[in-house]
Amino acid sequence: MNQIRKYLGFVWVALALAAGYYLIVNQAIPKFESPKPEDRIPAIIYAFILTPIIVGGLLVFGYYSLTGEYDIYEDSEHHLHIKED
Amino acid sequence: MSFQTEKKGLAGIIAASSVGTLIEWYDFYIFGSLATIIATKFFPAGNQTLALLSTLATFAAGFVVRPFGALFFGRLGDLIGRKYTFLLTLILMGLSTFLIGCIPSYESIGIFAPILVLVLRLLQGLALGGEYGGAATYVAEHSPAERRGFWTSWIQTTATIGLFVSLLVIITVKGAMSEDSFGDWGWRVPFWISIIMVGISVVIRMKMSESPLFAKAKAEGKTSTNPLKESFGHKLNFKFVLLALFGATMGQGVVWYTGQFYALSFIQNTLSVDVAQASRLIMWALLFGTPFFVLFGWLSDKIGRKWIMLLGMLIALLSYRYIYSEMYSAGSVKVKTEIAANTLVEIKTTADPKLAGDSIRTTTTHKSYEDGTTMKEISKLHIHADASKADVKKDTTISRAVTLDSSSFWKLIFWVFIQVLFVTMVYGPIAAFLVEMFPTRIRYTSMSLPYHIGNGIFGGLLPAIATFLATKATQANDAAQKAGEALPYDKPFLEGLWYPIIIAAVSFIIGALYINGEDNRTED
Repeated sequence: MNQIRKYLGFVWVALALAAGYYLIVNQAIPKFESPKPEDRIPAIIYAFILTPIIVGGLLVFGYYSLTGEYDIYEDSEHHLHIKED
Repeated sequence: MSFQTEKKGLAGIIAASSVGTLIEWYDFYIFGSLATIIATKFFPAGNQTLALLSTLATFAAGFVVRPFGALFFGRLGDLIGRKYTFLLTLILMGLSTFLIGCIPSYESIGIFAPILVLVLRLLQGLALGGEYGGAATYVAEHSPAERRGFWTSWIQTTATIGLFVSLLVIITVKGAMSEDSFGDWGWRVPFWISIIMVGISVVIRMKMSESPLFAKAKAEGKTSTNPLKESFGHKLNFKFVLLALFGATMGQGVVWYTGQFYALSFIQNTLSVDVAQASRLIMWALLFGTPFFVLFGWLSDKIGRKWIMLLGMLIALLSYRYIYSEMYSAGSVKVKTEIAANTLVEIKTTADPKLAGDSIRTTTTHKSYEDGTTMKEISKLHIHADASKADVKKDTTISRAVTLDSSSFWKLIFWVFIQVLFVTMVYGPIAAFLVEMFPTRIRYTSMSLPYHIGNGIFGGLLPAIATFLATKATQANDAAQKAGEALPYDKPFLEGLWYPIIIAAVSFIIGALYINGEDNRTED
């Protein structure tokens, strides 16, 4: 299972890039290009707040998966199973 | 401690914490529920759509600032204590709400009116961001570990009851006065009522003692000096924050929004059900569904939290398209048989108050259907005095209100109730789940951020992205129809559901594979 978790890290990184592309191309850019001035506010929110949080978070999650940070160990003495060092 | 003593002591703590959290949700929802009327009062008049968009932007801002509130108040809660922090968030929320109800309209004070509304709305979002984590942490830290799911589930009911109370207050106030009075000043009453509820809740909370675990940690000098750095600057904890976000709160956020808000929006906009009937419908479903928060919280103490939440996500994502298809079949007049003989058309022509000589023709059509459903549709046509310009514009439908028959009404209640049931599965145990993921010294900060990103951002994006997807599908169908081609989408109104389905699916996979059901990082 730990191997699957590691390989899935690639999927989360790819998903982060796809989400970033979708949010910028389909949500932010059309609103920046819109003739309505009020569309600038959601465009700015998409581009500078939501996208960095979602993409950044997923990228780091994918990276941690790839580097084995979420490997789970059998340990009967402790509650902590995910690596904590 | 005996069970009875524990029950008595904790019941008071739960009640005091829950009432405050409920009021915060109430405060937050009434703004959204009254968005249309707020638009006409505070945003430049002349173009209702633009005014509504401005308000929606404000609404979105309310959600976007929630994670920042989680950071600010979470840090404070881990530094000075839970009690004073969530007392502060309650006061901030109550005052902001009350003041929104006091702001003179745009006509009276011009641009200051929308600016003040925006500022107060942002403060509401900040306060809400700090409240939930505080209340959940406070209750959890009073609860014995083996009953944490049950006791914290009472906090989980507040978001739904808050929505219920907000709809109830608005309907009651509306019913107690004429439509004109409500539009004139009555809409302010739900905002004013908040200050009374907040006042009572503040007095109750003032009498509460600090969380025993935090008090113990403080007495032993074990509290954090820099909760933000410890929570997000250290990989050890940050990876759990990410796991909580992507494996739990992200999926929970979209299931929650779909079951409560998307359902309401679908009933009001796609099915055009009368606003009052749609609100009553949602209220019934919430009423029937609310006890299940406690049931699933209790169950999570017995069989674990992880699989109850994940099962809720899985069933939700697998059944959403079917449920909404059934809702459409039950509520849409497009699939009902009209009784043409009963159709009544009233045409009234009045002088245009803005253009001398021109007139406006208002056509009101009453239709009835075989199952007892009725529909009232109003359209307007501007008639030019200059005959050569006549009929340039077609009739524009300005409102359509469907009143469902009893059978369709209860069918829709059933389908919304099923969705609320999914909400209770994912949301009932999540407070205990999050609390147990993080240690006392940084718990408030660490659990608040993933919760508010999951709900505020992933959940908050749902209306915009779902509308975008459904609109694209409708446009594609329209284009195909014009070109005489086969329609690409059988049911375009279902396309918006791909957003919650995909997000819940990703969250389910991450939760299932990465969260160990036995993970419990609490040292208490």
